[in-house]
Amino acid sequence: MTAATAGVAPRRATPVRRSPLWIVTDSLTIAWRWMLAVVRNPQLLVVDTITPIMFVLLFAVVFGGAIQTPGIDYVTFLMPGIFVQTVVFGGTGTAVGLAEDLQKGIIDRFRSLPMAPSAVLIGKTTADLLRNAYTVLVMTLVGFLIGFRFTGTVPEFVLALVLITFFGYSISWLSANIGLRAKSAQAAQGAIFIPVFPLTFLSSAFVPVATMPEWLQPIAEANPVTVVVNAARGLIVGLPQTDTILLAFAWIAGLVAVFAPLAIWSYRRKG
Amino acid sequence: MPELAISAEGLRKSYGDVHALRGIDLAVPPGTILGLLGPNGAGKTTAVRILVTLLRPDGGRATVAGHDVLHEPDAVRAAIGLTGQYAAVDENLTGRENLEMVGRLLHMGRPAARARAVGLLATFDLTEAGGRPARTYSGGMRRRLDLAASLVGHPEVLFLDEPTTGLDPASRLGLWDVIEGLVADGTTILLTTQYLEEADRLANRIAVIDDGLVIAEGTASQLKDRLGEDVVDVRIADPSRTSEALELLRPLAATEPRADLADGRISLPVHHGAGTLAEVVRAVDGAGLEVAELSLHRPSLDDVFLSLTGRRAEAEPAARAEDAGSAPGTRRRFGRPGRRNAA
Repeated sequence: MTAATAGVAPRRATPVRRSPLWIVTDSLTIAWRWMLAVVRNPQLLVVDTITPIMFVLLFAVVFGGAIQTPGIDYVTFLMPGIFVQTVVFGGTGTAVGLAEDLQKGIIDRFRSLPMAPSAVLIGKTTADLLRNAYTVLVMTLVGFLIGFRFTGTVPEFVLALVLITFFGYSISWLSANIGLRAKSAQAAQGAIFIPVFPLTFLSSAFVPVATMPEWLQPIAEANPVTVVVNAARGLIVGLPQTDTILLAFAWIAGLVAVFAPLAIWSYRRKG
Repeated sequence: MPELAISAEGLRKSYGDVHALRGIDLAVPPGTILGLLGPNGAGKTTAVRILVTLLRPDGGRATVAGHDVLHEPDAVRAAIGLTGQYAAVDENLTGRENLEMVGRLLHMGRPAARARAVGLLATFDLTEAGGRPARTYSGGMRRRLDLAASLVGHPEVLFLDEPTTGLDPASRLGLWDVIEGLVADGTTILLTTQYLEEADRLANRIAVIDDGLVIAEGTASQLKDRLGEDVVDVRIADPSRTSEALELLRPLAATEPRADLADGRISLPVHHGAGTLAEVVRAVDGAGLEVAELSLHRPSLDDVFLSLTGRRAEAEPAARAEDAGSAPGTRRRFGRPGRRNAA
């Protein structure tokens, strides 16, 4: 192990010019790293596959008979709700992964490299977006098997799935902020569910808002999860409501516009 | 070369009312190793984090490889390597992929990053393990991979923050060889350690840091001249006669001996350990003093600290907790509340 023979000798560094292209290449490198983690852990892939299947089956079969949904059968009503809930939960992975990296000193290494600072976060959220896209695909297939059908056009259905997946992406950015402030991965896991639970359950994801106590209804209606679920439902049954769809995309854009710069700012300022 | 590889003037950093650094000066010429020696919480890690651009100082200025850490962070980052206290490797990636990732983030281009990874794996005896995920590595292998990762960019200046803490003796020796090889090749190294032996073996100069200040600086032999080569520890069976024994032994000591009057313990820094040991025995025996314990050892960080500050180096167990300020009455302070302490 003599370093002298192996060309580890220092070299005068060439002057550094930060290239705008680094954001893209560095983000891809980081995303590649996280995708490899999924490939290297077959267990993770199994969990990613089984969890959505479990959710679909449990909700559809267990609650299927109990919840009345006027004018629409419960499986069709439920599927967009479960999709959204699952991608939101998937978005919490961003917090846990970043908190782990911080704990292990990996973020320190990245921050001491002359790379694009935003790439660590863009790469991680991109990897989580792809993971969520996979989950949505699995859920769709399982949904089809238990009788879920879309009655709109194929492009409408695809737009619904895209909307849902990108909502998960916006939650990833919220999640990144929590991950960067958490003292440990466990703390991050706990903290991210504080906003995520009310967000998913105080919504139209599982029950019609009209069945909630009257004082709660305005809150549930304003919830972005309700907006996204309603937009997706409209697209799936072939009755797209343009207003709701636009509002849903506005929520996604708004969440990213607020939480992405905030996360990048705290990453750069990290001590 | 007149230009310093690392220079720091008056670096200060506080966390609330915890003063992690209270004005640190460092000057490291190119191609040398500076050992930053100090106990947990002395401010070593805080100093390193400022120099590698991870942390902004509250005051003072610093340059690394000729670049200002505050105003040219990217230029500093291109010139340095960092190995922290924990092996910062991605457990899911193989050894080779870990190194390739760093190469790509240094914008070396994929073929160059791969070639560099293969070369470093060979240097660090990891060629065989290079295709396995890092989670299958032993502690020593992870540390070697981590060190290799910090060398991908051919750094001019390398920062090693307690690189051997938690390693078994064999791995520690292996790492020391690597570090010596790097310096022979012209790399400048700043090494933090809690082990006097490590600083002694590796460093050209040693800066002893305590409570956010450099309290002694010099070559290992200069420090030893102040401390003696060895330490003889004697415990007198009858503690009430400790002062009497101290007077007897003082002429044999290289520097002022220390005594604990309550339990009869005397620590005697000496220059020629084995020879002095016999004289110690004769002296106490001649006075009719019974010796309960007698030992000879190399000066530890504790001895350095006792000698320089009159206090023990180790923090009280309660004060080792990460949360600064939660252990009132302890003497050691902690620089970084939260994730890591400022060792």
